[in-house]
Amino acid sequence: MSRTEQLRVRDGARLIAPFAVAVAAFGVTFGVLARDAGLGGVQAVVFSATTFAGSAQFAATSVLSAGGTLAAAIAAAVLLNSRYVPIGLSVAPSLRGPAWQRGLRAQLVVDESWAVSNVGGGRYDPRLLFGAGLTLYCAWVAGTTAGVLAGSLLGDPQRLGLDAAFPALFLALLAGQVRGRVGALAAVGGAVVAAALVTFVPPGVPVVAAAAVCLVGLRHPPRGARP
Amino acid sequence: MQAWVLIAVVGACTIVLKGLGPLAIGGRELPRPLLGVVALLAPTLLAALIVTQAFADGRHLVLDARAAGLGAALVAVALRAPVLVVVAVAAGAAALTRALA
Repeated sequence: MSRTEQLRVRDGARLIAPFAVAVAAFGVTFGVLARDAGLGGVQAVVFSATTFAGSAQFAATSVLSAGGTLAAAIAAAVLLNSRYVPIGLSVAPSLRGPAWQRGLRAQLVVDESWAVSNVGGGRYDPRLLFGAGLTLYCAWVAGTTAGVLAGSLLGDPQRLGLDAAFPALFLALLAGQVRGRVGALAAVGGAVVAAALVTFVPPGVPVVAAAAVCLVGLRHPPRGARP
Repeated sequence: MQAWVLIAVVGACTIVLKGLGPLAIGGRELPRPLLGVVALLAPTLLAALIVTQAFADGRHLVLDARAAGLGAALVAVALRAPVLVVVAVAAGAAALTRALA
């Protein structure tokens, strides 16, 4: 890795730092809630280290806490994570190298690292993604561990309003993502489609279905994009 | 035991879902028209996530303390507050709303 590439990786870590602090706090919350859902401490940490997708993990444990079946918990998590198929496609051109390396780097993609490595025009910087993703991964796993170890001191995370912190984090990300009028319209369209579908389909599906709004981009190729 | 099954299945599925695109077309350019689609993916998915996480409770749309949190976050973002302030303001507003309700 060249010196400039190392710098870009560090830029990724720097850009994501404030998000990583919030993600660590969510990790603490997850550690606490996982115990309520009947997961052991080791299990909670292994879950964070292997799945590394907060919203899906929260969804799965909340299904179990509410007395839902194992199949329902798995389905909720997998449906929520199905958005990583289009997200994976979006970063695919920027991930080069052998298959094992692409597959491994793809695991560092989460909503936050994906958003900050977006350099516009449908392009993603793989070094920003790596630096940001690795930072978030450490924050998420460390936070979960802290939550497992010290959870009883925290009490009910909902009382602290942490469930409202999730959409706020995504809002902060969105503010940096809306580029131009078409981007703003796509955001509004995605929100409307997702809201309209909530009552008709299982959780997770509205978000994936909202991605269809992006097809308007077929008529608006980004400026300066190479053919 | 049930928990380990959950962790193994969800973990394996997530790894596959994340890896699918990069393994299938890694390093190659997307066709130009698709680039326009990909450019809109971030704002669209993030907006959809915000709506579902703030207003959905299972299959119901609800207005609860999370909405107050999101409203406060919106003000903070409009005032160009740092990310951590946005998140803290949202959590604080939701906690306050719950305490008063």
